[in-house]
Amino acid sequence: MEHIAALVALTLAAGTPLVFAALGELVTEKSGVLNLGVEGMMLVGAVVSFIVAASTGAPWLGALAGIAAGAALSLVFGVLTLSLMANQVATGLALSIFGIGLSAFVGLEYVSVVIDGIKPLGISGWSDLPFFGKLLFAHSPFVYLSLVLFGLVEWFLFHTRAGLVLRAVGESPASAHAIGYPVIAIRYLAVLFGGACAGLGGAYLAVAYTPLWTEGMTAGRGWIALALVVFATWKPRRVLAGAYLFGAVTLAQFQAQAIGVAVPSQLLSMLPYVATILVLTIISRDAAMIRLNAPASLGQPFHPDA
Amino acid sequence: MRIRLEPRAEPSQLMRWASPVLAVSATLAVGVVLFSLLGKNPLQAFYVFFVKPVDSLYGVAELLLKASPLMLCAVGLAAAYRANVWNIGAEGQLTLGALCGGGLALALQDAGGSWLLPSMILAGALGGMAWAAIPAWLKTRFNANEILVSLMLVYVAKLALSYLVHGPWRDPEGFNFPQSKTFADAALLPNLLAETRLNTGFVIALAVIAVGWLFMRRSVIGFQMRVAGLAPAAANYAGISAKRTVWLGMLISGATAGVAGVNEAAGPIGQLLPSMSPGYGFAAIIVAFVGRLHPLGVLLASLLMSLLYLGGEAAQISLSLPSAVTGLFEGTLLFFLLASDVFIDFRLRVLRRPVRSAADVQPVAAGGTG
Repeated sequence: MEHIAALVALTLAAGTPLVFAALGELVTEKSGVLNLGVEGMMLVGAVVSFIVAASTGAPWLGALAGIAAGAALSLVFGVLTLSLMANQVATGLALSIFGIGLSAFVGLEYVSVVIDGIKPLGISGWSDLPFFGKLLFAHSPFVYLSLVLFGLVEWFLFHTRAGLVLRAVGESPASAHAIGYPVIAIRYLAVLFGGACAGLGGAYLAVAYTPLWTEGMTAGRGWIALALVVFATWKPRRVLAGAYLFGAVTLAQFQAQAIGVAVPSQLLSMLPYVATILVLTIISRDAAMIRLNAPASLGQPFHPDA
Repeated sequence: MRIRLEPRAEPSQLMRWASPVLAVSATLAVGVVLFSLLGKNPLQAFYVFFVKPVDSLYGVAELLLKASPLMLCAVGLAAAYRANVWNIGAEGQLTLGALCGGGLALALQDAGGSWLLPSMILAGALGGMAWAAIPAWLKTRFNANEILVSLMLVYVAKLALSYLVHGPWRDPEGFNFPQSKTFADAALLPNLLAETRLNTGFVIALAVIAVGWLFMRRSVIGFQMRVAGLAPAAANYAGISAKRTVWLGMLISGATAGVAGVNEAAGPIGQLLPSMSPGYGFAAIIVAFVGRLHPLGVLLASLLMSLLYLGGEAAQISLSLPSAVTGLFEGTLLFFLLASDVFIDFRLRVLRRPVRSAADVQPVAAGGTG
């Protein structure tokens, strides 16, 4: 029983960076903007949070800095695609390439630095309960934060007026504009939210999950988060489920090694990527369902006068 | 006074080619600021970065050597991107090319003849094509996004190569280093220029650029691919199959990336290592855009990008700057390019407010002037 609780805890911990990044990207995409720069924003969030945590000794301050860094990077994307109407696919790729380069550059001196990361909760009495203690009360604070974020996103998108407007902008920016909603401003906010979440996901990796900085440490999680949004057919609940599924897959490689399965580590490391391809393929197979669920204006630029 | 963007009646041909020049200039300006911030003399840094690497014959040969894989990957990507086929996994296709071509070299070490190199290059091209066929098939058959699939396959390819050189293909006499045996002479590309590392891989790259130009400009299939990219509806109406376009774009870019991989294995590296490329497949995406998705533009942009790689290495040695500065410049360059590309289709319009007489001005400030 204790073993199961521990596995659940590890799965949640491994899935949480994907929850942050994919929820952020989901909100961005709901406004009709496709930002392929998640990997870059996560890496910059990770490196900035780590540097701030290492220099101030305050990992929470680091996490805040990571959020700000992710948002700042997404602002660059916003200016290019929303104000200057650059191609969203190309700009997103540029953002990822830039983020990978920038994080490697500024993080170089921090590669072997050790910090005191944010530890999982230890509530006296509660966390020590048999089974339920580990299952419910002993996760990283980020895990609880990601669940709160999930609740907020779900509530905002489907139970508030502002969420309705955001979805309207994603479905038909021209109609939203005609009614008088500021399409570009709303899209800016959605892009910034996506960047902040990606930054937070990276920060979690750097100051809590590992906690350390290595070049390219997100290892494609930003891209997996993008696939998750499609996999979830743009529904936050499925994002959550998908993220934990991938958390479990990531975990499987370490578990297999731990119990001594004689499969080379590289082949086990392929699992998350192969699983992403498989899941993406299975979901995308139903083209009509994707078309029905994807925001109708996804990826298309909007110019009020054009 | 307000400034706003206004659509042009016709895309500006001047801006199409001026834009890369603007972007390079802006990136250089950022470089000056960056070097100054890091406490380096910008002039000296510039010399180290952009002049010193190519002030000798050896340096120029290195420039062409490093430009070759970029040319190969980018010319294939250019053909794909023109058809709106977003292959961003050239790095993985390059790895597979090296793996297949290199695998053949290792298998036939002793039987080497003049047929070995051409077979290796063919195997590399086929390997790259096979790897690119996966996203093509999943896209055309199951509608799966080719961007994400091709990217995921980069990780899978790198892990596969890493497994082989750590395991079955490891050189038993290599002191346990993760590397294969070095290739026999028959499996190495002949040298072009004495005392340099430049090899016939560069000639292959040039030939592929030429073929790419002919294909895009002069062939019916190339024309159909461009139409499919520019106007999918019109292409559909004209009977150009969207699925065939995806297949062609993927296979062409996979093949050229695969050849780039063999060239690296049989050229400057001469064996298989866990990583065969310092990100050429990703840099080639930028090269394709900076080169305006045109084979000749790709040639020029490859030389520029190659210089960035060499400059990064030189900066690491003589300025003790991290070589990651290259990646930073790559991203910055693409950003500036995308920003200045806006002015191909739009122009800036300065709107002046109608002049108001003093009588119109409200004597009491009524909360801003709108």
